[in-house]
Amino acid sequence: MRARRFWRNGSRIMAAHSTAAFTADDFKGPGDTPVFLDADGKHHPEGGTMLGFWLYLMSDCLIFAALFAVYAVLGRNYAAGPSPKDLFDLKLVALNTSMLLFSSITYGFAMLEMEKEKRGRMQLWLAVTGLFGLCFIGLELYEFQHLIHEGATPQRSAFLSAFFTLVGTHGLHVSLGIVWLVILMVQVQLRGLGDENKRRLMCLSMFWHFLDVVWIGVFTFVYLMGVL
Amino acid sequence: MFSNPDLQKLLFGRLTLDAVPLHEPILLITFAMVGLGGLAVLGGLTYFRLWGPLWRDWFTSVDHKKIGIMYIVLALVMLLRGFADALMMRAQQAMAFGPNEGYLPPHHYDQIFTAHGVIMIFFVAMPLVTGLMNFVVPLQIGARDVAFPFLNNFSFWMTVAGAVTVMASLFVGEFARTGWLAYPPLSGPAMSPGVGVDYYIWALQIAGIGTLLSGINLIATIVKMRAPGMGMMRMPIFTWTALCTNILIVAAFPILTAVLAMLSLDRYVGTHFFSNDLGGNPMMYVNLIWIWGHPEVYILILPAFGVFSEITATFSRKRLFGYASMVYATVVITILSYLVWLHHFFTMGSGASVNSFFGITTMIISIPTGAKIFNWLFTMYKGRIDFDVPMLWTIGFMVTFTVGGMTGVLLAVPPADFVLHNSLFLIAHFHNVIIGGVLFGMLAGITYWFPKAFGYKLDAFWGKMSFWFWLTGFWFAFMPLYVLGLMGVTRRVQHFDDPSLQIWFVIAAFGAFLILLGIASFIVTLVVSFLKREELRDLTGDPWNGRTLEWATSSPPPDYNFAFTPVVHDHDAWWDMKKRGYVRPLSGFQKIHMPRGTATGLILGVISIVFSFAMIWYIWWLAALTFVALTVVTIGHTFNYARDFYIPADEVVRTENARTALLAERV
Amino acid sequence: MTVKILRTLLLLPVFGLLSGCNMVLMQPSGDIATRQRDLILASTGLMLLIIIPVIVATLFFAWRYRESNKEAAYDPDWHHSTHLEVLIWSAPLVIVIALGALTWISTHTLDPYRPLSRLDASRPLPKDVKPLVVEVVALDWKWLFFYPDQGIATVNEIAAPVDVPITFKITAATVMNSFFIPALAGQIYAMPGMETKLHAVINKPGMFEGMSANYSGSGFSRMNFRFVGLDQAGFDDWVAKAKAGNKPLSREAYLELERPSEREPVTFYSSVAPGLYGQVLNMCAVPGKMCMHEMMAIDAKGGAGKDSQANRARLEYDNRYAERGDEGNAATVGGSGRSSHSPEQPQGMKPKSTAPEVKPHSGSEHSGHDHSGHAHGDAAPAGDGPKGDGPKSGETKSGETKSDGPGGADPVAPGQLNK
Repeated sequence: MRARRFWRNGSRIMAAHSTAAFTADDFKGPGDTPVFLDADGKHHPEGGTMLGFWLYLMSDCLIFAALFAVYAVLGRNYAAGPSPKDLFDLKLVALNTSMLLFSSITYGFAMLEMEKEKRGRMQLWLAVTGLFGLCFIGLELYEFQHLIHEGATPQRSAFLSAFFTLVGTHGLHVSLGIVWLVILMVQVQLRGLGDENKRRLMCLSMFWHFLDVVWIGVFTFVYLMGVL
Repeated sequence: MFSNPDLQKLLFGRLTLDAVPLHEPILLITFAMVGLGGLAVLGGLTYFRLWGPLWRDWFTSVDHKKIGIMYIVLALVMLLRGFADALMMRAQQAMAFGPNEGYLPPHHYDQIFTAHGVIMIFFVAMPLVTGLMNFVVPLQIGARDVAFPFLNNFSFWMTVAGAVTVMASLFVGEFARTGWLAYPPLSGPAMSPGVGVDYYIWALQIAGIGTLLSGINLIATIVKMRAPGMGMMRMPIFTWTALCTNILIVAAFPILTAVLAMLSLDRYVGTHFFSNDLGGNPMMYVNLIWIWGHPEVYILILPAFGVFSEITATFSRKRLFGYASMVYATVVITILSYLVWLHHFFTMGSGASVNSFFGITTMIISIPTGAKIFNWLFTMYKGRIDFDVPMLWTIGFMVTFTVGGMTGVLLAVPPADFVLHNSLFLIAHFHNVIIGGVLFGMLAGITYWFPKAFGYKLDAFWGKMSFWFWLTGFWFAFMPLYVLGLMGVTRRVQHFDDPSLQIWFVIAAFGAFLILLGIASFIVTLVVSFLKREELRDLTGDPWNGRTLEWATSSPPPDYNFAFTPVVHDHDAWWDMKKRGYVRPLSGFQKIHMPRGTATGLILGVISIVFSFAMIWYIWWLAALTFVALTVVTIGHTFNYARDFYIPADEVVRTENARTALLAERV
Repeated sequence: MTVKILRTLLLLPVFGLLSGCNMVLMQPSGDIATRQRDLILASTGLMLLIIIPVIVATLFFAWRYRESNKEAAYDPDWHHSTHLEVLIWSAPLVIVIALGALTWISTHTLDPYRPLSRLDASRPLPKDVKPLVVEVVALDWKWLFFYPDQGIATVNEIAAPVDVPITFKITAATVMNSFFIPALAGQIYAMPGMETKLHAVINKPGMFEGMSANYSGSGFSRMNFRFVGLDQAGFDDWVAKAKAGNKPLSREAYLELERPSEREPVTFYSSVAPGLYGQVLNMCAVPGKMCMHEMMAIDAKGGAGKDSQANRARLEYDNRYAERGDEGNAATVGGSGRSSHSPEQPQGMKPKSTAPEVKPHSGSEHSGHDHSGHAHGDAAPAGDGPKGDGPKSGETKSGETKSDGPGGADPVAPGQLNK
């Protein structure tokens, strides 16, 4: 589902310094005669990749919004079963949260290295990011396994259905991000830090930070407000 | 099939020979006809050696024009299926009175009205709208393609995969019997065991991914790729409506994805989102699906409004009245469409204040909509109206849609809705706006842009026949439903006891027959126009004396659309160019950067069909296999960096010179 | 132009037909439906103020500015007029303001939850009137009506005395239906585990058609019932006849009745197991199940902790069709036991030869009802409920489920998600 930019060439990753928008006034002929064509090929519309990917993230955000809304509606329907207070282990979740927050910071370091064109160090930071991500997923799977073992399965109550779906969807996104990260590391290794790969790394960066933000919502809304 | 039931279950899931309706004559005939038709098409393709061109120039093409046309072809094919369902329902309701049970037992009839709704909305109206936007928008904004050409091709094939999944339910298994929005708990695992609802879920999920991505694609295209000089307030109205529609798509379809995903979890995993028991809440589904569903209505109608705006101005030979007010009206409708969803279920028992809030917001939408109608009216005022076929559709629309709008506002008054809800009055209302608005708009749009796509106009006589059959057919088919609604007759009923209702259903069935003639005339139009194409040929590229940029290039446009990117000074850019003495350049052509075609989208689409089929029938090994295949193909695609090429300057010169010669020949 | 002529031609036979048909929404017999009819007419009238000029102007402009009419003015660049812009935005705005005010007021006065304030346009509500309470359950595919004050229950027929306010409390057993008597009042959804309400009054005696207006599966098309408006004496007779039938509705009888069937004959129950409606509403009519209101009380206190696995089975409700071997309402191949598109009807769906067809304004006396003998002389005055004349079969386990029927309790407030 990654939106990619395919065919507009050029190095306009950061839209800001691009040749972006001409106004019609840039195409004045001699005197006042209007110009109707861009005869010299001055006009290069900037690629829409970052915009497109951002739009995708917004649509993804809406999926999470729907899941949060559902959790808000169903979150107290325990079906005469366990509630968050009985189930959640805040210490474990705090550890988990820190894993994801660290991974966002290390991704940031990787991007700084990318700006400096230091491929090796960037790859190193990416690998660290991936490891943090794996720890996050591992801890989450441990938590899920523990809950299921205690009989708190997604089938037990509407609250647990909503909980597993919201947290699980986030977890799936992180897993997808890790797979994507590995693929990008391979691609950077094979083809170096070209414009194309830089753009992809930027997209993954947005994706990764987005998941971080969503997780802060999950942590606050589901875990903290559930237990406190 | 197998002596060992475990082995059979492992290999085929819940798929058995019973799933193929070999004893059902209606389906066998359909199957035979589809089979024969398919063989004829395949044979024809082989005989005329068209496989290569079809594969190279269409299936694997990332050209927005080709993809737009393929979307519309898909929609027209699915229209035949959806309309066959409509005819069957009309026939059943016209005969099933008293002792006569009709020819469709309830569980078959239930599938038909469900399939009719799903197909008409998702696989007819949506592809028509997406197809038209795909074809027209890049041309109108002076771009050479969309922002993400591969994604465009992929979106199309996902839509096809969804359509194929729905069609498969006809021949293997059954379709849902829940109504087109599949409200739980009726659509839940307890009340709808079996494959029906699973077909529904997977068809919509797969097609929904395509729609969402195509929405993102077109927004990025419109925002980033407009020709120099085309500020937001110089965008053609159709592009404006396309922008708003795609914003609605991106903001609404994720909700559909989420709600269907939760319904699938209820069905596959046994969660309790929408169950009656263990804390589930079915009302939440109704709310969520309409938070998608109401914007969906505007997703369909806004582009139709755009089409009518272009056509009214062009055929009145006059500048569009109130351009700015038209834009604001579109934006206001876009925003308000999120604040009205509850009007679909006033009868669920929300409080009076909630109901009246949503009723009044619904009425407020009629203000910008009314303003649009007035704008078209005053565009015609002091114009020189050419009653060519697109303009006929427009006038037919203005009259029909106004009535539909009125009944819509009536339904927005909650106490009135309490008696009219779920009645045939409601059915008449939404067909009134969807046929009278969306469908008339899309047929008008197809007639209007057909010469741009194929280089020749559609035959006017048969076009007019089609219009008049559709219009009269519509009034005959749906006015009786308004009356029946007032008689307290509700929807989705397969059999009636009261014989005094029958005459109205017979009239409605007659109307459906007239619409059938309208569809037939449309097909005849296509055939006749193809045969008479030399006579109807458009060499100028501007057959209607058009106003916007798509008419500035040849018909059909070259792959690169414009040899030079146009520079825009007015929202009627091409009109402005013509008026101020634009001369077509004959030299100075340069090489042009273009995207390369790929089969990845098609491959992913095909694997998706198999994946959804495996999920529907619980063939887990196949589902796992195809899921891995989807992942591998997707990852493989990211390793393909060779996605563009240059059309060499001499090829551009050759193409443009050929056009110069044709233009000279004409004079 | 042609459109216009066609329309006129069309209208002639239409008027003929319309005069011959019974537009129940336009000639209702209850005050609420009458006011809804008036509202429809008023709103339509308001909108026609703008709709008719628009349609006329469309056709007129189209004809006037046709290409061949060289007389007409032609101004290709005229595209703006502030006056007109103000007009085209404010004209619909004025109509919508008027309509919005009408909507706000009528939605509040005609809110189905709001007790009646008048009998009809000319008569206010008598001071000491006690409304008739009817508890409605939508079953697959028939309607069960409880008369708690009279202590009786009926299937597929309700009666009410003329000019007495009726309070309907409405729920469903399996899927969403919609309770609709067009001649009486607008519809409201019937949903499992939830209770909706409807207040109405019938002003004319007669037989009226009632139905489920929301699709609910195989037998939906035949889920009709009869609503009978009677004078007070007739109503008392009707109740007495029901009592005389000596056919009690026990929990077992209810659970048998609940199984899917269609074209159920009109049936009268002389008495009802105590709290049965409350159990149906709370989804605990099956012995051993936990009631919704109990569950919600537990949940409100923060759940029942980790060691509450046993509650799950006690709360499962949707699975009972499958457990009994009844086909789901909308089952398809893979879950129905039938082959694809088979013409065979599912179980419970086969037309019953004995079943009378429910026809509007027709049909003889209450068929299916046993007329033999009157056991009680008095027609059970309201308040005391059944005097324990039914068998006690349903009560042995009622202690276990602790469900005495919460009566008007509102387990889940409909339309409000987060409750």
